[in-house]
Amino acid sequence: MTKIKKITSYGLFLPILCLILVLLINVIKTPTFFEVSIKNGVLYGYIIDVINRASELVILAVGMTLVVASSGGTDISVGAVMSVAAAICCFVLAAGEQTINAYQNPYILGIIIALVIGVVCGCWNGFLVAKMKIQPMVATLILFTAGRGIAQLITKGQITYIRVENYKLLGGNIPGIPLPTTIFVVVIVVVLANLILKKTALGLYIQSVGINSKASRVVGLKSSRIIFLTYAFCGLCAGIAGLMASSRIYSADANNIGLNMELDAILAVALGGNSLSGGKFSILGSVIGAYTIQALTTTLYAMSVSADQLPVYKAIVVVIIVSLQSKEFNKMVRGLKAKLKDGKEREKVA
Amino acid sequence: MGKKKLKLDSNTYLLLITIILFIVMYAAGVVVFHDKGFGRIQVFLNLFISNAGLIVVAAGMTIIMITGGIDISVGSVVALVCMLLAWMMENKGMGAIPALLIVLVIGLIFGVAQGFLVAYLKIQPFIVTLAGMFFARGMTAIISQDMISIKNEMFLSWANAKIYLPFGGTVNKKGMMLYPYVYPSVIIAILILAAVFIMLKYTKFGRSIYAVGGNEQSALLMGLNVRRIKLKAYILNGFLCAVGGFLFCLNTSAGFVEQAKGFEMEAIASAVIGGTLLTGGVGNVIGSLFGVLIKGTIETFITFQGTLSSWWTKITIAALLAFFIILQSLFAKANSKKNA
Repeated sequence: MTKIKKITSYGLFLPILCLILVLLINVIKTPTFFEVSIKNGVLYGYIIDVINRASELVILAVGMTLVVASSGGTDISVGAVMSVAAAICCFVLAAGEQTINAYQNPYILGIIIALVIGVVCGCWNGFLVAKMKIQPMVATLILFTAGRGIAQLITKGQITYIRVENYKLLGGNIPGIPLPTTIFVVVIVVVLANLILKKTALGLYIQSVGINSKASRVVGLKSSRIIFLTYAFCGLCAGIAGLMASSRIYSADANNIGLNMELDAILAVALGGNSLSGGKFSILGSVIGAYTIQALTTTLYAMSVSADQLPVYKAIVVVIIVSLQSKEFNKMVRGLKAKLKDGKEREKVA
Repeated sequence: MGKKKLKLDSNTYLLLITIILFIVMYAAGVVVFHDKGFGRIQVFLNLFISNAGLIVVAAGMTIIMITGGIDISVGSVVALVCMLLAWMMENKGMGAIPALLIVLVIGLIFGVAQGFLVAYLKIQPFIVTLAGMFFARGMTAIISQDMISIKNEMFLSWANAKIYLPFGGTVNKKGMMLYPYVYPSVIIAILILAAVFIMLKYTKFGRSIYAVGGNEQSALLMGLNVRRIKLKAYILNGFLCAVGGFLFCLNTSAGFVEQAKGFEMEAIASAVIGGTLLTGGVGNVIGSLFGVLIKGTIETFITFQGTLSSWWTKITIAALLAFFIILQSLFAKANSKKNA
C-alpha cells in the first residue's frame, strides 16, 4: 500500500499515466502502432510521426513552462510570434520576392534574424509583464492580436515560397540520418534548458519568484529581471518553433503557421502537472504533456475524426484532467466517500 | 463647479479618454472622407448594425471580467449558436421561434457548466473556457462541416426588417427622400446593454459582482456567497453569448465552422479599451460599447480608404490596446503611490 502511495505521489505520475493510457488505446486500435520500418534510409511509423509532429509543441511547452512558473500567467502570443518569425525568415531569404529558387541572402542570416525577432517579441511581452506589472494574459494579448497582422504585412498578404532543397532540412530529414531533424533540435533545446536550470541556481530563482515575487525581491533576487528573462526565452522558443513549421511547408503562411499552438502549449503545461498559478515546475512534465497531446491528436486522426471535430475530444480530456487536479474536486470526492462510509457503518449498527 | 466637487477617479478618466478618442476618430473620419459621405447618419448607424452581436457579447465579457475571470469561449459559442440555428431551421424544419428558444437554453447550459467548473471546482477561468472554446467549435464541426444558409422566411423577415428613423433623411440622385434605418438587431442589442448597465449599477446582484471581483476574501467576509455570485455571472454571460450569437446570425444568415473566429479577442479588446480591468472589480458596459464602436470606426476607415489591407485593422487595434493597457498600468501605479 505504501509503495503504491509512493508511486502515485510522484510528481510525474499523472502525466505519465495519461501518456500510457493514450498509447494503450492506440495499441488496441491499431496493432501496428509501434512498428517502425525503413524506407529510403528514413524511419517510418506512427510513433515516429507522433514524435516528429510534436516537436514544435514540445519547444513551445518548454518556454511556456518557465513563463507560467515565474509569472503565474500564460503567454498567449507564441503562435503569432511563430508566424512572425517564419515570415521574417522567408522575407530575408527571398529579399522581398514571392517565390524564389535560390537564396537571395545567406541561409544563416535568415535564421538569426528570425530568432532575434522572436526574442524581441518575447522582450516586449517581458517588459509589459515585469516592468509595467500588467497581467500576462492582457500583455500578451497585444502581440496575439497584432502578430498575424504584422506577419501579413511582411509577406504582403501572400504566401512566400522558398523552393530550395536545403530549406526543407530543418523540418524534414538530413540525408543519411534516419531520424527527422526536428527530434535533434528538440533534444538540444530540452537538454540545454534542463542543464541551465538544474546546474545553475536559475531554476530555483524562477521557482521562488513564482511562489512569491515580493519575498524573493526582499531576499535579494531581481524578480522583475527573472520574469523578463523567462518571457525573452519563451520568445526564442517561439522563434525556433516558427522556423521548424516554416521549413515543413517551405514557405511562410502568415495565417496558418502556429495557429492555435498557444492553446496546445498551455494545455501541455497543465497536462504536465504544473500549476498554472506559478511556482514549482517540471520541464519534463510539460514535455510529456506535449507528446500526450500529439499522441491523442494522431490517435483521433487514425480513428478518422476530422481536424475540425478534434477539439471536442481535446476539450473533454482537458476538463477531466484539470478536474482531477482540482483540490476542491478531491475535497468533494472525499466528502462523498466519508458519507458513504458513514452510511455503511450505520447500516452495520442497525 | 458647485459645492459638490465632481469626483474624477482614474477609472472615470479612462472611460472619458475612450469616449473622447472615439469622438476624435470619428470627427477625423468625417473630415478626411467628407466627399465619400462619412458624415451621413447611416454610416454611424452601420457601426451598430454590423456590430450588434459584438455589443451584447462584450457586455457579457465585461461582467465576467469584473468578477476577475475571463471567457475565451464566446467566439466558438457564437459559431455554435449560428450553426444550430441554421441546422435546426433548414435541416430539421423547425420554426424560427422554437429554434431560438433552444439556442438560448443551450447558452444557459454552457454558462452553468463553465460557471460550475470555475466557481465550485476553482479551476482557472482561462483553462475552463479554453476547453469550452474547443468544445463549442468542435461541436459546430460535428453538426455540419458545410456552410448552411438560412432560408427560413420568418427568420429572414426578422433580419431584414428596416426600422426607419423619422429624421436625418438625405435626398438621393433620383430626388427620393431616404431616411436612415436600423435593423431590429440593433434595438435588441441596445435594450440588452441598457438592462445590463442598470443591473450592474443599481441591483444587489450587480454590486456584489463588483465586490467579488474587487476582493474575493473581503466579499466572503462580508457574507456574500461568492461561489453562487460567480456561477450566476457565468450563467448570465452564457445567456448573453447565445443572444449575441443570434444577433450575429441575423447579420450573416448562415452557419459555418470558421464563423466568428477571433470574436473572443475582439470582445476582450473592446472591454479593455473601454476601461475594464482584467484584475477584476472595475468595469463598465458603456466603456465596452465605445470599445466596440472604436473597432467599428477603424474598420469603416479601412473600407472608406479602399487601398489599405484588412490586416491594418488588427495592427491598429493592437496598438490601441497597448496604449490603453499601458495607460491603465500607469494610473494604477500613480494610485498606489497616492495611497502609500
